[in-house]
Amino acid sequence: MGRKLLTEHINVEGIDTFEVYRKHGGYRSVEKALKTMTPDEVVEEVKKSGLRGRGGAGFPTGLKWSFLAKPEGVPRYLVCNADESEPGTFKDRQLMSKLPHLLIEGMITGSYALGARTSYIYIRGELLYVLRILEKAIAEAYAAGFLGENILGSGYSLDLHVHPGGGAYICGEETALLESLEGKRGNPRNKPPFPAVQGLYARPTVVNNVESIAAVPVIVNEGGDEYAKIGIGKSTGTKLISACGHLNKPGIYEIELGVPVEEFIYSDEYCGGIWKGRELKAVVAGGSSVPILPTELILKTATGEPRLMTYESLSDGGFVTGTMLGSGGFIAMDETTCIVRNTWNFSRFYHHESCGQCSPCREGTGWLEKVLHRLEHGHGSLHDIDLIVSVAKQIEGNTICPLGEAAAWPVAAAVRHFRDEFEWHVKHPQEATRYGAVYPGKAVLA
Amino acid sequence: MEVTTAPAKPQFSAAAQAEIKRIINQFPEDRKKSALLPVLHIAQAEFGGWVSPEVQDLVAESLDIKPIEVYEVSSFYTMFNLKPVGKHVLEICRTGPCMLRGSDELTENLERITGAKVGETSPDGMFTIKMVECLAACGFAPVVQVREKYYESLETPEAVDTMLNELRSMVHRPLLPWEEQKTKS
Repeated sequence: MGRKLLTEHINVEGIDTFEVYRKHGGYRSVEKALKTMTPDEVVEEVKKSGLRGRGGAGFPTGLKWSFLAKPEGVPRYLVCNADESEPGTFKDRQLMSKLPHLLIEGMITGSYALGARTSYIYIRGELLYVLRILEKAIAEAYAAGFLGENILGSGYSLDLHVHPGGGAYICGEETALLESLEGKRGNPRNKPPFPAVQGLYARPTVVNNVESIAAVPVIVNEGGDEYAKIGIGKSTGTKLISACGHLNKPGIYEIELGVPVEEFIYSDEYCGGIWKGRELKAVVAGGSSVPILPTELILKTATGEPRLMTYESLSDGGFVTGTMLGSGGFIAMDETTCIVRNTWNFSRFYHHESCGQCSPCREGTGWLEKVLHRLEHGHGSLHDIDLIVSVAKQIEGNTICPLGEAAAWPVAAAVRHFRDEFEWHVKHPQEATRYGAVYPGKAVLA
Repeated sequence: MEVTTAPAKPQFSAAAQAEIKRIINQFPEDRKKSALLPVLHIAQAEFGGWVSPEVQDLVAESLDIKPIEVYEVSSFYTMFNLKPVGKHVLEICRTGPCMLRGSDELTENLERITGAKVGETSPDGMFTIKMVECLAACGFAPVVQVREKYYESLETPEAVDTMLNELRSMVHRPLLPWEEQKTKS
């Protein structure tokens, strides 16, 4: 059983209240940081911890913090990215609704480290009910003197607000999020300038995922070196995995980075195997944007090593035989799943969510959706299979923000690993489009 | 001579006005526009689940911005309904993880039971069916959202019945003043 750094007390009765949270050691990191550490010392601990951004990109959090520009007399901001909307990912919603004070504690300690006097939690609009939970918890923290003027007599003051989005996947991209927080359409900005120099209201800003900020209290309490002892290599600490799809026990699991994928899927401690006694066919390991892998490549790398739940092991083999840990959105698909239908579904998602600024993405995601629709519905040609790969290639790398890549990668990977199933749809359309049809394997293509 | 009067201009309730003021105060003085999305949410809840052009103009007025600044935002984000809707909008997640666990079948069932097609409102005005993308509830699929409530793991006809029965008798509450919001769980 691995250590639970974030979720140890998640099922304690009343842990969403200040009183109970405090009784279980809550807000200690605020006391320690504000009374005994300088802001730079807090940043240093986060650097030492090796914590990597938990939203999907995996960029070292401490390094991101150290990039923040600090011109005299200019306000700077810490903004929490709670716009969780990557298909397959649902960890932040659970964390915030059950442990609102953990996020608030992380925001206070983090804001102190960065010298922010006003901070925002940008939460996706669909989660208005979680916004109410957070606002209630924030009111409790103000009443207890952990927010507001002169916190704990330290001279440090902070205001914290929660802000809802309006329903747009793109606002999970940090510059789109900042636009949205300014009351505009969520169009990503060109970089540079990076938010660390010109972010919210063109002021220096750090944007961090909920889970990254929630890890700050334990890092400050126990020290960055202690945190870095958990995990393997550059994958330090624990990670929340959102497990969904055809599993016996879907849900949120906090794992020590390094758990073997096979153990995560099949052991009763985690997902408890594939539902209905079926076989596993494929896994999307890090949210819908990362490459899909067939069973043999998700359980073992191409060289036969057991695949581990770490940033490095999951990306072993690059995109030819590997994938990414991403946001930890772990989607398992059983043997009856139609890969073509699933790929079309994801392409429809990216087309729907493209902001429309960049032509390659605006037009390309539409092409992907349409061509995949006709392949799935038995009207495609063999040329269409090459066409979607070509369109994906033309989107990738040609857009302002990574939504282009997110749309392109799943398509390219699906064709790479499941080309024969696409061909089956072309060569046997009547059979492949029958309700509940299951691809019977390569033999039928002979 | 017949006297015609213009339709009454929509007005926010006192609780909504106080809430809008509270939200505006969360931002720097010259950044009132930042409150646009939360104010649109308040407006949609206040005026029957959608935002008419008149309501959007009211939103613009409350934030001292031009109406076009509201229109371009309300049409970008998917949560704002720009046309009248039924009493309840059933927002069905259609994205991959929900599809894997039966959102297609759920959609067909809800169409059959309510008599509304996707994108339409049932003849009795009770339900509108709206397809949405991932709601961050993939482990509890399939999922339907109605205003601020999530209905999860709708895998059986019983679960669907329970949801619809609850909704048929549910009245959407008006916005509470902030002091009451704080103390209510």
